[in-house]
Amino acid sequence: MIFNKPNPASGLAIYLQLMEQIKHAIEVGALRPGDQLPGIRTLAEQLVISPNTVAKAYSELQHQGVIAIRHGSGAYIAESRHAEIRRKNVSQALTMMRDLVEKLRRRGFKEDEIRRLFEAELTRDEALAR
Amino acid sequence: MIIETTNLAKRYGSTEAVRGLNLSVPAGLICGFLGRNGAGKSTTIKMLLGITRPSSGKGRVFGLPIDDPAASLEIRRRTGYVGEDKRLYGYMTGEQMIRFTRSLYPRWKMDWERQLLREFALPLNRKVKTYSKGMRTKLALLLSLARGVDLLILDEPTEGLDPVMIEQVLQALVRAAAEGTSVFFSSHQIAEVEQIADHVSIIHNGRLLLDGALDRLKESYRRVNLVFPNRPPEKEFSMPGVKWIEADRHSLSVFASHNVDDIVDRARALDAASVDVVPLTLREIYLESLKEEQHALV
Repeated sequence: MIFNKPNPASGLAIYLQLMEQIKHAIEVGALRPGDQLPGIRTLAEQLVISPNTVAKAYSELQHQGVIAIRHGSGAYIAESRHAEIRRKNVSQALTMMRDLVEKLRRRGFKEDEIRRLFEAELTRDEALAR
Repeated sequence: MIIETTNLAKRYGSTEAVRGLNLSVPAGLICGFLGRNGAGKSTTIKMLLGITRPSSGKGRVFGLPIDDPAASLEIRRRTGYVGEDKRLYGYMTGEQMIRFTRSLYPRWKMDWERQLLREFALPLNRKVKTYSKGMRTKLALLLSLARGVDLLILDEPTEGLDPVMIEQVLQALVRAAAEGTSVFFSSHQIAEVEQIADHVSIIHNGRLLLDGALDRLKESYRRVNLVFPNRPPEKEFSMPGVKWIEADRHSLSVFASHNVDDIVDRARALDAASVDVVPLTLREIYLESLKEEQHALV
């Protein structure tokens, strides 16, 4: 997998960005069960971020059962029955999303307007969930 | 704590460069020491290394007192320093400088020397005095890292370097941290601190403005933007975590260091029409904290 450099100037902590990137890669099939992740040091140097940040992301992902860390040999994407189902769900969600965005575009909404609407809806949900 | 100071102060005549600084930097991390030019960063670093004596207050590095001559020697033995002056001999070539330094340190790491030489691509046959600022920084960094130090202290290591060199220097710091070296570097560039630091200490006018794990700061600081049909008075939001509040006709903007859930609950209880919780970047946290300091002065 090719990692993107996290955006340090984002409100989201870098370890969270890294976790999202790995989860997303699993969801779209760029990373599959049994695939090995780069070593902490290698990835830290490649992305020019603190090795502690990579370690934190890996340890959280391990905690969530997304990856397995085998001592001495590194981090691997965990085998998961849910992973396959999740991949299918995500691909369906992607289609739904595309339809919706297409519909909004046809009604004359611009990209930034769509994004704003989407984010407002998400934060509303978040606020209600509190 | 690898670095710890209590009420550390330095006066030059009537100028107070550092005014009661309380730093605590955990070991094994990359710590960014952030502040504007003239905030007291270099003076602090010079005191930590025993280059200047504190006017008052205490400081410890590796638990050793910085104002004790014997302890200070031990601190410097275990610490690599890359400062403004770079302490290089201009009449030597890069290669002579490396050979000379190598001969002084029995724990010299040849593998580091080789690897950094490959990456830094320094013109080894040229005299050091003909080196550009970036080359000098890289050479000083190589000499410190190959020595095998426990702590690396750098004063504005990326100042005046081009983006490619900055990336190479930051990469070397990441590698040092991966080897278990603690890194403490000063900078006035928020972006690079945000990129590689685990811990950030912000100094302003010789005092600590803000300090903590970068992830924790980013996860706890929030701006809460509120719109009301009938705006309540600001004092409704004087509660723990609220640093300060901005108001206009229909809305309030609350800057909080923590306790966001309670702020949101209060807003709902006061019939807010819109509640928007916005995460903040380090730049915003820094600038907002400066505003708070100005509010406190008024």
